[in-house]
Amino acid sequence: MSPETITKQQVSSLTQLLNLREPLATEVTALKTLRDRSEAWVRELAIPTTRDEEWRFTDLSPLLNVEFNTAPSVDVKQSRIETCLLPEAPQSRLVFVNGAYTESLSDVRALPEGVWAGNVSALPPEKQEQLGDYLARHPNHGEVFTALNSASFTDLAIVWVPRGKIVETPLQLMFVASPTDKAMLTQPRCLVVAESNSSLTLVEEYIATTEGCPDSQGVAYFNNAVTEVWLHENADVNHVRLERDNGSAFHIGTTAVTQARDSRYRFHALTLGAQLSRHNIEVHQIGEGTTTTLNGLTLIGKTQTADTHSTVAYNYPNGTANQLHKCIVGDKAHAVFNGRIVVPQAAQMTNASQLNRNLLLSPKARVNTKPQLEIVADNVKCSHGATVSQLEADEVFYLQSRGLDKTTSENLLVDAFAAEILQEVPLESLRKAIAQCVACRVEL
Amino acid sequence: MIVENAPTILSVKNLTSNVEGTQILKGLNLEIKAGEIHAIMGPNGSGKSTFSKILAGHPDYEVTGGEVIYKGENLLELEADDRATAGVFLAFQYPIEIPGVSNLDFLRVAYNSHRKARGLEELDTFDFEDLVEEKLDVVKMRAEFLNRSVNEGFSGGEKKRNEILQMALLEPTLSILDETDSGLDIDALKIVANGVNQLATEDNCTLMITHYQRLLDYIVPDFVHVMYDGRIITSGDKDLALKLEEQGYDWAIEEFATVGV
Repeated sequence: MSPETITKQQVSSLTQLLNLREPLATEVTALKTLRDRSEAWVRELAIPTTRDEEWRFTDLSPLLNVEFNTAPSVDVKQSRIETCLLPEAPQSRLVFVNGAYTESLSDVRALPEGVWAGNVSALPPEKQEQLGDYLARHPNHGEVFTALNSASFTDLAIVWVPRGKIVETPLQLMFVASPTDKAMLTQPRCLVVAESNSSLTLVEEYIATTEGCPDSQGVAYFNNAVTEVWLHENADVNHVRLERDNGSAFHIGTTAVTQARDSRYRFHALTLGAQLSRHNIEVHQIGEGTTTTLNGLTLIGKTQTADTHSTVAYNYPNGTANQLHKCIVGDKAHAVFNGRIVVPQAAQMTNASQLNRNLLLSPKARVNTKPQLEIVADNVKCSHGATVSQLEADEVFYLQSRGLDKTTSENLLVDAFAAEILQEVPLESLRKAIAQCVACRVEL
Repeated sequence: MIVENAPTILSVKNLTSNVEGTQILKGLNLEIKAGEIHAIMGPNGSGKSTFSKILAGHPDYEVTGGEVIYKGENLLELEADDRATAGVFLAFQYPIEIPGVSNLDFLRVAYNSHRKARGLEELDTFDFEDLVEEKLDVVKMRAEFLNRSVNEGFSGGEKKRNEILQMALLEPTLSILDETDSGLDIDALKIVANGVNQLATEDNCTLMITHYQRLLDYIVPDFVHVMYDGRIITSGDKDLALKLEEQGYDWAIEEFATVGV
């Protein structure tokens, strides 16, 4: 293929995806304007190739070879999602199936008075008009897949916590893919607004209704998800994102976070699913003294590719960021990590640390890692590091010398590697479930 | 202690070994009977730590000749974990840190692997906690150490005490202490030595590998061996250690060179 034909295919594939867009579920001027503006923008773009720096290690050509269709409306019974319901979040969940809000599965009775959680139509008209102030306002909203989502989303998951409100019960947001016989495209969109002095724990999940283990193969589909989180002054958000799309799926997701002064954002990104996944994390600071914690665990095997690109961009002084991203890579899987931290002159007294650790469980597993610190300010404390290793023979020997057999020793070390991330996850049921997946993967 | 007619626990004959193609052990002989405490001393690079790792079964150390008989069995045929459950214990010079695994869980898994090997039922968390709390006193450890990750952020002394705690729990027949005293301040050394002394009985035996005579003031050996260039070149009682402390190793090496050739 000549470069020219590749480019043509990248353009035509994007146009095909764009042409699948369907009308908004609720007509709101701000949303319509955003969709139209984004549509025009996407028509100028193409699906990126590995010649784009941002996609150097992740080849999207498998995505181009699939013909996607609009998502069918499917009636999913509660029994199909029962195992994924969090016991810590009773009566506190929003469920979207194939991109459509599903009221029969959703339940937000546990949320305190004044908190809005639902789809666009659940929002009072004056709040609907404010959506334009929050959606696609982060600096990188023009990125091709984010823009595709902005051009195509039909409804929104909205969580809006008013000033000073402390939400004790975690809120579960489930984006369920229920693919039928044809490959479908779904474009979930989620907006979280935490007003000043409010507090929220959020669990955002991407799952598939597949028989047996959710990680098994199934019908291919493409989840192009965008979540925007806004933290106003002194707000506190603890956010878990679990990606467990089925083993044939494509998942491209963006989590864009905007933090006002003194706000605290803790993020736990758990990536297990999809044959090819890309997760963009973007944190933008619009006030001083913010605290950002980014934890990540990627657990992949078979021929999976999982790419995490994060950016923490400072603009104000006295911010703190701690990032720890770990990958456990088995079989012929391929993990990519690119972590960017930007500290311009204005962001004095920033305290940032970043560490990416990778554990390779097989000789054919592969990792590309690139810590990227761009520091201009001179009075800051920043550190970064990346490690790629197999299980250390000395560690295995230490455990064996205490009587544990080789397999048990190896499993214990892998569990421990994951535990450092999992122990920070604020829900016990989730910690246990993912620990179980870690144990299960290691034995494969 | 030297016990009359005690059975032989460990018998090493003419042991040779290579590490990454270089011969490290060049015909090592050693016999340890139940009840005895032995110390192997020697300059750096003489092969002391290699010997301890070979006894414990580290896969990177290749045995090229000779035999190691432990309680009548060929020790070299066993995997490291089978040696452990058979009663061989190595206290590491540099214990490994395992972030993410609590010390309590680690100790319980290790303890239960020994129970399992003996066909006994595994202890549950509660029963095990009772047991381990009794043992903490051996090394004067506080209970909060149990909830921290294995050796993570432990000081040098705490790591060594943790090794002796494991020894107290697993009740080995042959304990090998690899440079257990190095890097310890005098208070930590006393605690560790006191722990080892409490655990010594007439049914088990201890092999100390050390660079410094200081440890032997606190754990008094029945036999002292000098190791040099992959062999034991001279042996004696505890007075040999004192002589080494005063005069260094050169006289022993010279004596060996004249007699040995």
